[in-house]
Amino acid sequence: YFLLNFNPFDNLLCILLGISFTVWFTLLLVFIIVPAIFGVSFGIRQLYMKTLLKIFEWATHRIERGAKDNNHLLYKPYSNAIIAKEPTSLEEEIKEIRRSGSNRDLDHASEFEMSDIFYFCRQGVESIMDDEVTKRFSAEELESWNLLTRSNYNFQHISLRLTVLWGLGVVIRYGFLLPLSNNTLCFMTCNFLSEQVHLMCYRICVRALTAIITYHDSENKPKNGGICVANHTSPIDVIILASDGCYAMVGQIHGGLMGVIQKSMVKACPHIWFERSEVKDRHLVAKRLSDHVEDKTKLPILIFPEGTCINNTSVMMFKKGSFEIGSTVYPVAIKYDPRFGDAFWNSSQFGMVNYLLRMMSSWAIVCSVWYLPPMTREEGEDAVQFANRVKAAIARQGGLVDLLWDGGLKRGKVKDTFKEEQQKLYSKMLVGTQEDRSRS
Amino acid sequence: MGSRASTLLREEEIEEIKKETGFSHSQITRLYSRFTSLDKGENGTLSREDFQRIPELAINPLGDRIINAFFPEGEDQVNFRGFMRTLAHFRPIEDNEKNKDPTASEPLNSRSNKLLFAFRLYDLDRDDKISRDELLQVLRMMVGVNISDEQLGSIADRTIQEADQNGDNSISFNEFIKVLEKVDVEQKMSIRFLH
Repeated sequence: YFLLNFNPFDNLLCILLGISFTVWFTLLLVFIIVPAIFGVSFGIRQLYMKTLLKIFEWATHRIERGAKDNNHLLYKPYSNAIIAKEPTSLEEEIKEIRRSGSNRDLDHASEFEMSDIFYFCRQGVESIMDDEVTKRFSAEELESWNLLTRSNYNFQHISLRLTVLWGLGVVIRYGFLLPLSNNTLCFMTCNFLSEQVHLMCYRICVRALTAIITYHDSENKPKNGGICVANHTSPIDVIILASDGCYAMVGQIHGGLMGVIQKSMVKACPHIWFERSEVKDRHLVAKRLSDHVEDKTKLPILIFPEGTCINNTSVMMFKKGSFEIGSTVYPVAIKYDPRFGDAFWNSSQFGMVNYLLRMMSSWAIVCSVWYLPPMTREEGEDAVQFANRVKAAIARQGGLVDLLWDGGLKRGKVKDTFKEEQQKLYSKMLVGTQEDRSRS
Repeated sequence: MGSRASTLLREEEIEEIKKETGFSHSQITRLYSRFTSLDKGENGTLSREDFQRIPELAINPLGDRIINAFFPEGEDQVNFRGFMRTLAHFRPIEDNEKNKDPTASEPLNSRSNKLLFAFRLYDLDRDDKISRDELLQVLRMMVGVNISDEQLGSIADRTIQEADQNGDNSISFNEFIKVLEKVDVEQKMSIRFLH
């Protein structure tokens, strides 16, 4: 009796399931797997991108109108700067403060003025209102809304149309894009096979993540025996670069899912993985890297000298290790377009799995990759200067801010030496004039 | 950061802060976003550690004194109102404020209040006087290990000598104001907003 009751629905359900499965599989084959094997593109993703942008523009306009109607001032993040900072040196600033308060001319200025404190005061409060470092470790703020709640600041319910569009977006992203990525991500197991299959698998991954990548200047692509350095924003950087060339990866073995993937990758290609304890031994690391580089048959090494993920608005200090080895360095600049989904992996906020889910349910991952001309260390240049030179080139090409600060500040404290530098500079101002006095 | 920005700050609160500090609506929301991004514990208040996490502040020789200015006597947490009240000292003085109603309470960013902020950086024990000892300690923070005790001592003595008028060997707030009467405090202790 029970079975009989469900019979008609049962049949219908089966048929529906069967059809959707076939459709799914065909789509998969036609749009993802086949083009990936042959390295072709249908141009569908470009069209998708353009359509999305138009929709985002409309959404933002709608919100602005809505805000105006309610007499609200819209919260607009303007390129991350809140206050005007004038770049002057400690000496200049303090001299100026003293000049404004004194009748005496500067030659006989006293060594210390109570007003000197104004300089440190203002510098301190300026950094409290807005500093160059802490904002690099959280997602970049957008000027227009891209229909993702995660990048939503003050965009509450404004209109029915907008909410419907957002709802539609959710359905598409979680009902279509996400499962699509899930299915094809299974192909990552191809990692375990040969090099040729490597490329194909990475290409499939790229399409699965709906990644739209533009490669520039491919004539500068890294060659065997060289080191490829790039700015780091997310683990996807690896997939992006590896789908356009073969590299030997370097890095620390992680725990969890990442660790399993890393260990299995070694079977196919000679990647260089280090245990956590080995990482501290800089000589060991340098030796293994230079051994690899000297062997011209081995693939170019891929390194991210920042050592951690940064939010793609700036390039932070490059660790000098990879620049001491002495081989040719091939710099690569990677810039993501944040409008389609933020690619930055904030490892203190999300774990790997959570992050992948967010990536797979974003609209798309759009980025540009520039292969910069190879660089080598020049005469009289030490590793740090060389690293800074490469960093500046990458920052210039990608339109990123070039910072001297260490990406390690994400988790660690700043070194005392910087404070000591400032103290030394200020002391010179006080003591220097005393020497002049004793002379006269 | 970001998604909690305006949803947790009510309009009434923004109006109150506007009245008290003189910041505009957009400046307040912008600084609220900054406040929440510094608030790693996500409990609506900032502790001293939250401030020390800012590298540029950590390397400032007077960083700890500045952080201290945000915390009222004996307290370890500062909420957004307190945060804004302290930052208000650095708002530039606008022309239309100069000739305001004299019976209204003095704005937080007046010349006198800016000087008071600086005075309190020197006055370690908050007894409204800068003693020789306090001056020495603050000087030591600013110069580090680069100047000897004797040199620093003579600098402190000279400074107090020049400023002290009533002979108590310490600097009161009025004496402080007198010493700095010609300095362009309005400009040097103000931070300009971009919008």
